Amino acid sequence: MAKVPPERQILRAHAALVYLFLYGPIAVLVVLSFNESGLPTAWSGFSTRWYEALAEAADIHRAVLNTLIVAVSATAVATLLGTLLALGLERLKPRSWIDGLMFVPMIVPDIVLAIALLSFYTLLEMTLGLHSIIFSHIVFNIAFVAVVVRARLRNFDKSIVEASIDLGASEVGTFLRITLPVIAPGVIAGALIAFTLSIDEFVIAFFTAGAGPSSTTFPMLIYSMIRFGVTPEINAIATIVLFVSFTLILISQRINRPVANP
Amino acid sequence: MSAVIEMHGVSKSFGAARALDSVSLTIRENEFYALLGPSGCGKTTLLRVLAGFETPDEGDIALDGKDLIAIRPNRRPVNMMFQSYALFPHLNVYNNVAYGLRMDRVRGAALEQRTRDALAMVQLGGLENRRPNQLSGGQRQRVALARALVKRPRVLLLDEPLAALDKKLRGEMQVELKRLQHAVGITFVVVTHDQEEALEMADRIALMRDGRIEQEGTPEELYERPASFFAADFIGDMNFFAGIGCEEGLRLAGGTTLRRHGDASAESQAWLAVRPEKLALYAQRPENIEDNAVCGEVVDISYSGHYLSVRLRVPEQDTLILAKAATANPSIARVERGQTLWCLWPPSASRILPRETQSEVQDK
Repeated sequence: MAKVPPERQILRAHAALVYLFLYGPIAVLVVLSFNESGLPTAWSGFSTRWYEALAEAADIHRAVLNTLIVAVSATAVATLLGTLLALGLERLKPRSWIDGLMFVPMIVPDIVLAIALLSFYTLLEMTLGLHSIIFSHIVFNIAFVAVVVRARLRNFDKSIVEASIDLGASEVGTFLRITLPVIAPGVIAGALIAFTLSIDEFVIAFFTAGAGPSSTTFPMLIYSMIRFGVTPEINAIATIVLFVSFTLILISQRINRPVANP
Repeated sequence: MSAVIEMHGVSKSFGAARALDSVSLTIRENEFYALLGPSGCGKTTLLRVLAGFETPDEGDIALDGKDLIAIRPNRRPVNMMFQSYALFPHLNVYNNVAYGLRMDRVRGAALEQRTRDALAMVQLGGLENRRPNQLSGGQRQRVALARALVKRPRVLLLDEPLAALDKKLRGEMQVELKRLQHAVGITFVVVTHDQEEALEMADRIALMRDGRIEQEGTPEELYERPASFFAADFIGDMNFFAGIGCEEGLRLAGGTTLRRHGDASAESQAWLAVRPEKLALYAQRPENIEDNAVCGEVVDISYSGHYLSVRLRVPEQDTLILAKAATANPSIARVERGQTLWCLWPPSASRILPRETQSEVQDK
């Protein structure tokens, strides 16, 4: 067997350490969620009792439902508007400040966006509730969808649109039969990212939610639970959220893989 | 032959740039018509105006006597083959070709029959289920061709159809395009920057320059009787002698007169143009001949198989004179660099062209 050169060994060790740093805490969390005793310090045997306890908790069900309502509605609207934005920007002459503005909701710290949205709603004298969380999530999700769709449009041969019209299709027919199917992987990937961001978004939801459990989302509920210490239920919840987010991101990456150019 | 397309005074500007400047032309039934010119001459804009993707600022276009500009691009009996082929990447070959027919609400057996016929015509039977990215460049081009022909348009527009192919395939497709055009009896309008391609394929050529038609005619007319310096320079290889036009032909700076009866011009700066293959090379000046003759020193020789390209420096001329001599000719078998040779050509083989701008002089 060929001997691995020492500098290569060091690099490997370094990579291993970085991954340990990234995934170690997550691994601990997942393991503890299956811990019988419920104490974070001692392993007392494998058990799914904390997951079973979750199934009983009505307030958690309510919060999960709220989160799904927010995530699904915000994703649907943001996907539509973000895709249209990307298509519109693509038609414009490249002007950096308009492009730059598109990125702003992605870059602005959540806390700033949260405060801005809350002041805006107050100014409009809007009642807060699930709907205000949905609006808020639409705001930053549009940017993420638009960025992903634009990346897809960069490889888009615009002459296929002209070819379709040349062959007798209308503008609308061309959009539905040609443009949309070709950019669909980008649109779906954008929607999955928006959905993932929405289900675990906390800061903005916390600021723009109304009072009471009717607009308490899942991350908000976890936050309120954690004030009394990290309970094993929270480990179980976090593991489930982790699993869902991970799956969605993997799917979106797989869908949006660039088409192999011949 | 009757006219399919008649264009009068068509102009189109993009901002300050005038892409088409009062273009008038007639394209006839079943004609293979080439729009030839350097990049930026307006040929692609002209094609896109015919397809309906650009609306002219001024001018009229009639197709079969009816106003074409008023018809929306998706309703014109005109189809286009795009330079990039523009195949729909998410549809297979069959659905790419059937697309136009479906837009015309052709259904069922007729749809299938016409699609398969079109695929057979370009020899793509059996590849129906392939996606465009699973095809070779040549196959993709055939799909694009079948897709544009399947609706039997009155006019097929082809934008640089051969530009993306390698040299060997280009030659084959050139023959194939001509064969197809005869088989389907559809008027072809092809845009190309390749003068050789235009000469070989087209029935008639419109040579374009700066948004205008510089000269229109058959390949032979353009090659043998170029009407301007630009046409003479753009098409094929050409030797230019600079001088002053006179009764007899052209007077060179050194006093020699190159004769060219017929199109003698007034006393002004002019060119005498002659094709390299019209020059006969001699080691000594033959006696008692009527031909024009110049003497030059051989600067460069290159062997091209069936002919020898010889470049000569002629006194008082800024540019080298190129002669193409058949390698079978024994008298030039031992041409060497530095040797003095005589170039002779009959006055009828050359043309006197007016000198238009100073840039011509700089170019040459």
